[in-house]
Amino acid sequence: MSSSDIYRELILDYYRNPRNFGKLDPHDIDAKDSNPLCGDEVEIQIKVSPDNKIEDIRFFGKGCAISQASASMLTELAKGKPLEWTKELSKQDILKMLGTSDLGPARIKCALLSMKVLKTGVYGYLGTTLPESADH
Amino acid sequence: MLKTQSLDVESIRAAFPILKRKVHGKKLVYLDNAATTQKPRSVVKAISDYYNKYNANPHRGVHELSIDATEAFDESRRRIGKFIGAGAFEEVIFTRGATESLNLVRFGWGVPHIEADDLIVLTIMEHHSNIVPWQLLAAEKGARIEFVGITEDGKLDMEQFEELMAESPALVAFTHSSNVLGTINDVKKLCSIAKKSGATTVVDGAQSVPHMPVDVQQMDCDFLAFSGHKMLGPMGIGILYARKEKLREMQPFQSGGDMIKEVHTSGATWNDLPYKFEAGTQNVEGAVGLRAAVEYLESLGMEKVRQHEEDIVGYAMEKMSAVPGITIYGPKEASERGGVVSFNLGDIHAHDMASILDEEGVAVRSGHHCAQPLIESLGIPAATRASFYVYNTREEVDALMDALAKARRIFCI
Repeated sequence: MSSSDIYRELILDYYRNPRNFGKLDPHDIDAKDSNPLCGDEVEIQIKVSPDNKIEDIRFFGKGCAISQASASMLTELAKGKPLEWTKELSKQDILKMLGTSDLGPARIKCALLSMKVLKTGVYGYLGTTLPESADH
Repeated sequence: MLKTQSLDVESIRAAFPILKRKVHGKKLVYLDNAATTQKPRSVVKAISDYYNKYNANPHRGVHELSIDATEAFDESRRRIGKFIGAGAFEEVIFTRGATESLNLVRFGWGVPHIEADDLIVLTIMEHHSNIVPWQLLAAEKGARIEFVGITEDGKLDMEQFEELMAESPALVAFTHSSNVLGTINDVKKLCSIAKKSGATTVVDGAQSVPHMPVDVQQMDCDFLAFSGHKMLGPMGIGILYARKEKLREMQPFQSGGDMIKEVHTSGATWNDLPYKFEAGTQNVEGAVGLRAAVEYLESLGMEKVRQHEEDIVGYAMEKMSAVPGITIYGPKEASERGGVVSFNLGDIHAHDMASILDEEGVAVRSGHHCAQPLIESLGIPAATRASFYVYNTREEVDALMDALAKARRIFCI
């Protein structure tokens, strides 16, 4: 995967005009994490509906185009889905969402940070432990 | 490439086989020298000669190989000590790198000397390795830390430095050359002011010893820490220079074999200096590798090394400053900077920038460069850093410029 391929208009658009960016009040779930290598930060807040669905979701953060676009696209994807849906979410889903087949070891963490945050938040809310490998 | 003003870069490049490598089908342009440098054949040969010809545990055996290994180890110490102007053999301690050297000062000198309410002065431009050991020491002792800030052009705020020195700090630790800003601090002046206030001085030379003439007598510092791998030598070897008077008031760092004189069930006594601070079997391959690196640099001449870097950095600064939307951090003049140029371009995050440059074969560093307090004080999330060394050419700066142009096209800047 070459960098010129990943930095398509779509990714840059989400980087510069992130959807669902900001804080959500009130919220039921609030989770954040950072990537020590890059300093990328992503915080996700979720309002849960009575039937355990993601009623509303927003993210907040800073970092590279891949981490921020990925977080924004993930919030769009997650909105309206049952909380259980996030448990099935995998690395392949994120790559597909970004429209790429591979990112290489140096940048894959940027892409997966928001998925990790989303899962951490949902697992915490449901009172279950996050499995060791978050990118199963 | 040919000869720049001072160094025969073409023949230097021929000594580094890795520079012929291709990356993503492009010529490798290695501009990550502040992270680690490449190694000339002579360094690799010194290491393989050691293993092929005289590998043994030094300081222990009476057999021929062990004597050879011991001699090579001690001779390396002598050569490296001479390179930095150390006054005596025992003032040069082998460590795993600058980080371990600084930790040795923390445990060896800091623990027995720093007391509650003592003041430790650092600067905002320090690498984490010259911050975290002091934070831990301060927390352990109840001491306090103050950071000297920087001026707008990335130089140390001397007014604040002098103010803090008036408070009689116990310890002052600062970098000789910033790994992000490139700023070269006037170590001699800083040490002289700190000494007058009664402070012990610790200099992080990781970004200076490889790049310019460094003389500990002239600098008049108490401690100087640096790493082998940033100066053409192998990884896992570094040096702590410690002034003899300081060495005498230090307790052992790591303990075990080799650092003792006698061990009985009732206790132990310590080996002579500098062996008291070198516990366990030592990194002989690292020591002979670093000696070869020092000899290589001496053959080039450190004045010329510095001159070459000034030329390349000056050229890079001139070209890069003309790029629309670019911000370059640190002093404006190449004469005031080491071999690093850190920058941001438009809203391109440093990691995206490094990925795009990598596609063009240009290896740079991106992120907070292990200097998070500095990056935060600059109000940026990260920066991209191009860092130069003896084998870099103006043509490589041009390749960097082409790659920057590509990044601007991709991000429509």
